[in-house]
Amino acid sequence: MPALPVITGKLAFGALRIMGRSGNALPGLIVERVFPRYFAKALSRLPHGVIVVSGTNGKTTTTKMIATMLAKKHRVVTNDTGSNFVRGAIGALVQQSSWGGRLDGDVAVFELDEAHAVKFVEKYAPQHVLLLNVSRDQLDRFGEIDYTASLLAKVAKAATASVTLNSDDERLAALAGELQVPVHWFALSEPMQQLFPTDEELYDEVETQPVREGADAVLQQYDAASGHTVIDFAGDVRQLTLRTTGAHNAQNATAAAVATMRVGLSVDEVCAGLEEVEPAFGRGQSYRIAGRDVTMHLVKNPAGFRQSLQAGLAESPDRACIIINDADADGRDMSWLWDVQFDALREAGIPVTTGGVRAADMAVRLKYSGVDVGSAVSELESVVDAAVQATPAGGRLTVFASYTAMWGLYRHLDAQHEGAL
Amino acid sequence: MTTLRIAHLYPREMNIYGDTGNLVVLLKRLEWRGLTAEAVAVGVGDTLPADVDIVLGGGGQDAAQGDIGEDFVTRSADLRSMADDGVVMLAICGAYQLLGREFRTQTGRVIRGAGVLDIETQGSATRLIGNHAVDSEWGQLVGYENHSGLTRLGDGVRALATTASGRGNNGEDSTEGAVRDNVFGTYLHGPLLAKSPVFADELLRRAFERRAGQVLEPLDDALELQAAAVAAKRPRT
Ligand SMILES: [Zn+2]
Repeated sequence: MPALPVITGKLAFGALRIMGRSGNALPGLIVERVFPRYFAKALSRLPHGVIVVSGTNGKTTTTKMIATMLAKKHRVVTNDTGSNFVRGAIGALVQQSSWGGRLDGDVAVFELDEAHAVKFVEKYAPQHVLLLNVSRDQLDRFGEIDYTASLLAKVAKAATASVTLNSDDERLAALAGELQVPVHWFALSEPMQQLFPTDEELYDEVETQPVREGADAVLQQYDAASGHTVIDFAGDVRQLTLRTTGAHNAQNATAAAVATMRVGLSVDEVCAGLEEVEPAFGRGQSYRIAGRDVTMHLVKNPAGFRQSLQAGLAESPDRACIIINDADADGRDMSWLWDVQFDALREAGIPVTTGGVRAADMAVRLKYSGVDVGSAVSELESVVDAAVQATPAGGRLTVFASYTAMWGLYRHLDAQHEGAL
Repeated sequence: MTTLRIAHLYPREMNIYGDTGNLVVLLKRLEWRGLTAEAVAVGVGDTLPADVDIVLGGGGQDAAQGDIGEDFVTRSADLRSMADDGVVMLAICGAYQLLGREFRTQTGRVIRGAGVLDIETQGSATRLIGNHAVDSEWGQLVGYENHSGLTRLGDGVRALATTASGRGNNGEDSTEGAVRDNVFGTYLHGPLLAKSPVFADELLRRAFERRAGQVLEPLDDALELQAAAVAAKRPRT
């Protein structure tokens, strides 16, 4: 039993709690440093293995979906705190172990960004890998999309049992030929493909392609207003209602379903689980503040912003607010705002304000799309508060926020929330 | 009233950092003044219209640049005579490199450029990356550089702007970008023209100058200048 690493980690968690802090990263780091082999040993004892979820967009929601589905049958270890690092994963393992060192779990699902996923698989080769998509994200950090795709190729090659890939992502689909383990596919029907322009197709037509033959699951239909979703599981066509918002999350649900079936869940179990998943914070989750609905959508790269905009406008908001920061986690480079088209926002005809460190950059982008925001204020909370006040009572404010802006607003919104909607 | 014609080179392949925004900015700044323009997308193999006023090109993935490079070189003679004729060109990053004499990759392969600008670029292992604001004749230019090619200027061009060392064309000689006649090359993404409104209007002014001439009414650039001021103060990386 690896009791000592667990005790060490638990003591670190305890010490942090006394200091009034939380988070998985520091205890995870301590255990990683002192007991470098704990991680692989603990994971290798999970009877149903490990699923690693990576890609540019949708990791958090997809991981939450997989964990929810698996929890119907198994004890699930997951890193749902947003600290998607190896140490976050170690922290999660420690917290879910008894003081005697026994890990209280049957299966693990971890969300890891591209770079951390590579570090993870160097320490432990997971049974299953799910890759969602690869698009422009933090190019100031990774340099190029082709490089990001090469990171994901390393992750896929480490899988020992299965790899699940997005059939509609050209760069990911190309990985299939290099893999030794069985490849499983999730796909979009041709009408659904129209909703997902690639970065290259932004100023161009969306080219649809035939749906991959033998795909494990195909997203046939999604209705943004009702959440009604149709997924074809290799001929077994199911209708379900998703609580998560946006076509991109219907695609994530399809991906999560295929990955979860790799550890033995049936189509029935998968569909029942998917219907229970609530939106994660900043992924379409709503607050009730001062008699208004305030919905938050994370925007962190062009594809994600396009999808969030689609999902956010489908909620028919009375007003919108876009908050953009430029810390490392947001991306220092603002060029990406020009890879999103805001015509739909202009056509919605609703008032828009901007905030965050780069409020003015966002305001300029909107100005050149014909959306007049007036002045731009580089603040978070006061900008959102003003937008809430300016929203008609009983109406809806939709907030689009970059990563650190979203977390910067978390406590502020949570504190004002008026209970269950 | 003169309608400007703007050719946009390889919009699909060469728009990695929102460089298409430069086209959006020019079109809007004309529209706000009641002026008109026609944008022509030029892809691989497409004919480059002869009577264009402005040519725009952006940055691309290194891999895409190979295919684009071959197509680009077939246009060398056309692009050179257009430059001699005073056509306004703005080439960002990859397109800037391809307008030059040649690009030598790290492995020593030589990719010929269009020879419009007297510059040579050498592939390197280091990447110059970060927020970047430089002073030019046309005011402060504000954007974001991200390139591993290091560019040296020949006698046939002058620098677009001067910069701190560790940035710009090659990180060493404190130059950023290159100019000859009405041809401008630079590493500044951002997109450059979004936060450099004075320079954007300079491009339009030069384009009209070749035609009948057109007075450009001033616009309210308060937001653009605010965005530029914020960006110029942000940490480089
Ligand atoms: Zn570049």
